[in-house]
Amino acid sequence: MLTLVGIVIVVIGFVLRINPLLVVTVAGLATGIASGLGPLAVVAAFGKAFITSRYVAIVWLVLPVIGLLEHAGLKERARGVVAGLRAATASRVLLVYFAIRQITAALGLTSLGGHAQMVRPLIAPMAEGAAENQYGELPERVRHKIRAHTAAVDNIALFFGEDIFIAIGSILLIRGFLEQNGILVEPTQLAIWAIPTAICAFVIHCTRLLLLDRSLRADLSRETDKA
Amino acid sequence: MITLEHIYWLAGLMMAGVAIVNARDASNPRRFNNTAFWGIYALTFLAGTYLPDIVNGFLVIAMVLVASIRGLGQGKKESATKEEREASAQKWGNKLFIPALTIPLVTMLGTIFFKRINVNGFPIVDLKQVTVISLAVATLIALGVGMAMLKPPLLAPIKEARRLLDAVGWAAVLPQMLAALGALFAIAGVGNVVTGIAERWIPLDNALVVVLTYTIGMAVFTMIMGNAFAAFPVMTAGIGLPLIVHRFGGDPTIMAAIGMLSGFCGTLMTPMAANFNIVPTALLELPDENAVIKVQIPTALMLLAANILLMYFLVFRH
Repeated sequence: MLTLVGIVIVVIGFVLRINPLLVVTVAGLATGIASGLGPLAVVAAFGKAFITSRYVAIVWLVLPVIGLLEHAGLKERARGVVAGLRAATASRVLLVYFAIRQITAALGLTSLGGHAQMVRPLIAPMAEGAAENQYGELPERVRHKIRAHTAAVDNIALFFGEDIFIAIGSILLIRGFLEQNGILVEPTQLAIWAIPTAICAFVIHCTRLLLLDRSLRADLSRETDKA
Repeated sequence: MITLEHIYWLAGLMMAGVAIVNARDASNPRRFNNTAFWGIYALTFLAGTYLPDIVNGFLVIAMVLVASIRGLGQGKKESATKEEREASAQKWGNKLFIPALTIPLVTMLGTIFFKRINVNGFPIVDLKQVTVISLAVATLIALGVGMAMLKPPLLAPIKEARRLLDAVGWAAVLPQMLAALGALFAIAGVGNVVTGIAERWIPLDNALVVVLTYTIGMAVFTMIMGNAFAAFPVMTAGIGLPLIVHRFGGDPTIMAAIGMLSGFCGTLMTPMAANFNIVPTALLELPDENAVIKVQIPTALMLLAANILLMYFLVFRH
């Protein structure tokens, strides 16, 4: 039971809003010590795990070019493109991105998205621009709500699209794990059984996105009432 | 052959550049904290492979202390005013999209074609890491295109990277830290303890209860670990295979496919999946760091319910 001390620390840390880096480090060290490692061995195990996980941070290499383009007005241009389309609303921009992201992920093109390279510089300004077109200058709260929805669309469309592609990490992991346990499964079969959930994800989230315009309008009229 | 190590050198150089730009920026009251933080991070990229584990461990702890005791700051100077950016957007028009879209396009082409190219029978990139290497190559090409087009000062890219990286702050390192925590959880056997608790306290003699335990367990355990890949082997070995497949005769393919997707519902609801849920709030400058999770929870819960029903009605039919 002592092994679970790390989980307890993480939960308490997140609830008390202590700096997550500190929380995670303490949780890691405590878990190591609870499992019987000596203090120095725990620090070494943590260092090793951190170093072998460096690939997670490679996405930050996009920052120099994204920053350069933002300096040159990329976000403003993305907003401008949508401003030229009278039919564009925040809901519709996000619906189109959801469909593109889910379909391309299902074809194995998971890199056609991402928060640093697509959401921040392109999709979020487009969705905000569409809402500005309809309602004029937006209050900060509404702006933030649209941005949070944009990030959510990128995540949900990716998660429930990529599993339809047979060579994606999760399918390979499932196949390898079941094989170790003496069960052989076909990657194509695994991919096929990901389709019902993918359809549910599309229906559920796109319905919520269709309702987003209405909820933005309600937020805006509430803001004007206050003013 | 290009390996992950070369990409780490590149990342290390960028982080070192960010540290140096920070050291020279007097408008940031905590500039030396930022310099120390990104400087140590640079060192873990440039030398981490060669340093002993214990040294790396203390470097990580030093970074965490710098970030949490006095905290990181941000420079005051905006790199361009809104008017300047509007004018520049007018001037360049849709050409601005070319370098931006080069990133996904080249990454995609790289993942497809790097596997097929070889010199004297040797592949030119490490095939196990083809996606990450393709992304790094794509950012370099996009940066080349952007520099040729915009002709900014030579140091502009690193200054802009500094601006964005400081806006994200310590959250930039959180996903990597959580991956390390996951590895420690695995060493300590946290998973086995959790399934042990489930087996002891939940009546697992009814097919619906077993399906509920497996799917909800996947979601909850993913929320704890921050990653469905860590939850899957534990839950499937502990509950999925012995009960759903062996005792109730369920189909292992359907169970595994929908089980993994139930885990993904958990990913949408946890701050532990920092790269998906916390990093975007920093990138999008949202004041509430749980803003993205809050938007995702309704979809995640409805989809988890859908997965439970799908598994219950599909896994036992035949």
